[in-house]
Amino acid sequence: MGSVGAKDIPELLDANGKRIDGRDLNELRPLKIEAGVLQRATGSAFVEWGENKVMAAVYGPREVHPRHMQENTKAVVQCRYNMASFSVDERKRPGLDRRSQEISKVIGEALESVLFVEEYPRTSIGIYIEVLQANAGTRCAGLVAASVALADAGIPMSDLVPAVAVGKVAGKLALDLRKEEDNYGEADVPMALVPKSGRLVLLQMEGHMTRDELKTAIDMGVQGCHKIYEIQKEALRKRYSIAHDGGDAQ
Amino acid sequence: MRQERHGQRHGPQRHGPHGERGPQEDRRRHERREAPAPELVKERTVVLPGQELDSGDYHPGYGTYREGGKIYASVAGILSIRPPTIRVIPFSGPYIPQNGDVVIAIVKIVGPTYWLVDLRAPHYAPLHYTGTPWKVEYGECGEYLRPGDAVVVRVEGMDQSKRIGVSMNGDGLGRLSGGVIEDISPTKVPRVIGKSGSMIRLIETATGARMTVGQNGRVWVDGPQEAIFKVRKALQIIDKEGQRSGLTDRIKLFLEER
Amino acid sequence: MSNEVSTEILATHVLDLAKSGKRLDGRALDEMRHLHITPGYVTSADGSALVELGDTKVLAGIKLEPGTPFPDTPNAGVLTTNAEIVPIASPEYEPGPPSIQSVELSRVVDRAIRAAEAIDLKGLCVTPGEKCWTCFVDLHILDDSGNLTDAALIAAMAALRNAKLPAERFELGETKPLDVRHFPIETTFVRIGDAIVVDPSSAEEGTCQGRLTIATDEEGNVVAMQKAKVGAFSPQDVAELVERAFVHGNKVRAALGQLG
Repeated sequence: MGSVGAKDIPELLDANGKRIDGRDLNELRPLKIEAGVLQRATGSAFVEWGENKVMAAVYGPREVHPRHMQENTKAVVQCRYNMASFSVDERKRPGLDRRSQEISKVIGEALESVLFVEEYPRTSIGIYIEVLQANAGTRCAGLVAASVALADAGIPMSDLVPAVAVGKVAGKLALDLRKEEDNYGEADVPMALVPKSGRLVLLQMEGHMTRDELKTAIDMGVQGCHKIYEIQKEALRKRYSIAHDGGDAQ
Repeated sequence: MRQERHGQRHGPQRHGPHGERGPQEDRRRHERREAPAPELVKERTVVLPGQELDSGDYHPGYGTYREGGKIYASVAGILSIRPPTIRVIPFSGPYIPQNGDVVIAIVKIVGPTYWLVDLRAPHYAPLHYTGTPWKVEYGECGEYLRPGDAVVVRVEGMDQSKRIGVSMNGDGLGRLSGGVIEDISPTKVPRVIGKSGSMIRLIETATGARMTVGQNGRVWVDGPQEAIFKVRKALQIIDKEGQRSGLTDRIKLFLEER
Repeated sequence: MSNEVSTEILATHVLDLAKSGKRLDGRALDEMRHLHITPGYVTSADGSALVELGDTKVLAGIKLEPGTPFPDTPNAGVLTTNAEIVPIASPEYEPGPPSIQSVELSRVVDRAIRAAEAIDLKGLCVTPGEKCWTCFVDLHILDDSGNLTDAALIAAMAALRNAKLPAERFELGETKPLDVRHFPIETTFVRIGDAIVVDPSSAEEGTCQGRLTIATDEEGNVVAMQKAKVGAFSPQDVAELVERAFVHGNKVRAALGQLG
């Protein structure tokens, strides 16, 4: 992947309405999820989504550090989204920039919405996301991975949380933007859904859309989330089919 | 962000994971197959968070929650229906202390009249000197137990805010020395014990090692080095394959290997 | 799972085992864990490799960018090694600036690459005193299950050997493979009583009485060392461990060499 100079803006949609990577407008990039990939973590998951590679780990519930952050009625959810310096074309300085801090906050709040935090007063649940290779949509990929990692850790939650972005490229709404579409498109709407309730727990928007377009974009995103939800469930079933073959216990 | 959690799922509807555990439960389940839940997930199948379960007239146990009159799974695990309770036996998850549990704890902090011990639970628990057989002078707890020491203790005094204490007074309780501790998932403890302790007996007889199984998933193993190694390997198999059928045969075969 | 909390009992058991030449995971004293290397794991980097040493996982990424030479080395490129023990790696993570462990790790890996002259820094000079290539070696620690040092240098070397100098992107000539000339490998030992074992697991690192890392190159030189942890080694120990480090280092070099 070379960097694309501003001088040659790519053709985002061809004459047949196909996207730069040959996808249809409402087609997801290939998504693979593997649960239980790290030894030390309480729960973990690896997501390969298009050219994104993201690893998530969950620790806890455990004692809160520092202590003054303890809450007597619930667990504190500590979320950290971080990008490896080599995950993007231009080397990123190690550490959390303002963008990463904002994303950490909204992902943590999205996931706390499905966690039964009141079951674990005075503890913390650490949700850590590492982006190893980035190609647009890493906050959604991180959230998808973290949600599977939480289930792998056995932390009670009301549902898994799928996430995807819908954008506007060359005047059309498109599901699951890749990098060129994100850079040169007209709008980007990342969202995360709780499928059981049909409610959105993460929603951001940047760019220009009409009110009707936004409505349609959210519908497209919700449909995309339902597909991702199936892949999340499949990853967990696969993880436990090793441990359980459906037969009778002795 | 709280709109996701309406519904009445506080208080007595949710129960700890080990409330009604026991090695016998696997057997009993077979006799109750005559009333399978129509359409909905069946007994002993794998369920995932958010999955709708048979709401019937059941009482939602561990790993489930009730919302809008329906019951859903909140953890990944195996569905267990034993009227009046429906629950999920989780594949993984934290150790949640219950009154009466015998666990293996590690001393972390020495106080003037107590020790704080790690149970693999979200919090350290206090072991007060009155909960030991020793007459400890103020400030001399360190003479008896030091950080890093392992003790077999009983969980006591769980209250609503989930604050707990532990005691070392009782049969089989006390400080451990020698041997080694192998950690397994707390959710696999019933499999390590087996029906009325059958798995423990099988492993001890075949290897000549001695075992103490804590409900928190810490297993103390003592004996000759070779025996300890064999037992640790067997525990690792149970930890990994604990949900699989034919576990006893698998372990028997492993123990017979040279 | 295995042994999450280090205890008196564990330390004693590890010590007893070592007395009879045994280890907690059944390995021989001189046996390393299974090593698996995936070069080119990250396409956004100019070079990369994922290294799995037992359960330990380290991802190395190389980035090459135009920069300015240091005033005292106007004819050479710049090498920067940075290790991050990120919070997914172990429960011991504390928020805040890089831990002292990750600083030591970066420096010990950096020293081996630099001292072995693994990459030709002179060849990374574009215009003396004005323009050169900066080579960033970033080590992302994904799972800390013991012996991060050896895994991190293997990952760094595999990534460097996989790296391409992206000259076309910066209009500085033709893109070509990075010139990797030497092949340092670090071998870490820990003392457990009177025994000294190679490639320590986290349980062994947690109960050891001293750790020694020895970096060797393919020409028979020792290029870097680091004694760490509380504990001591005799000069005779060191002499013996240097020999063991070459045997072990050559084994790893052979495995890595086959990746091309």
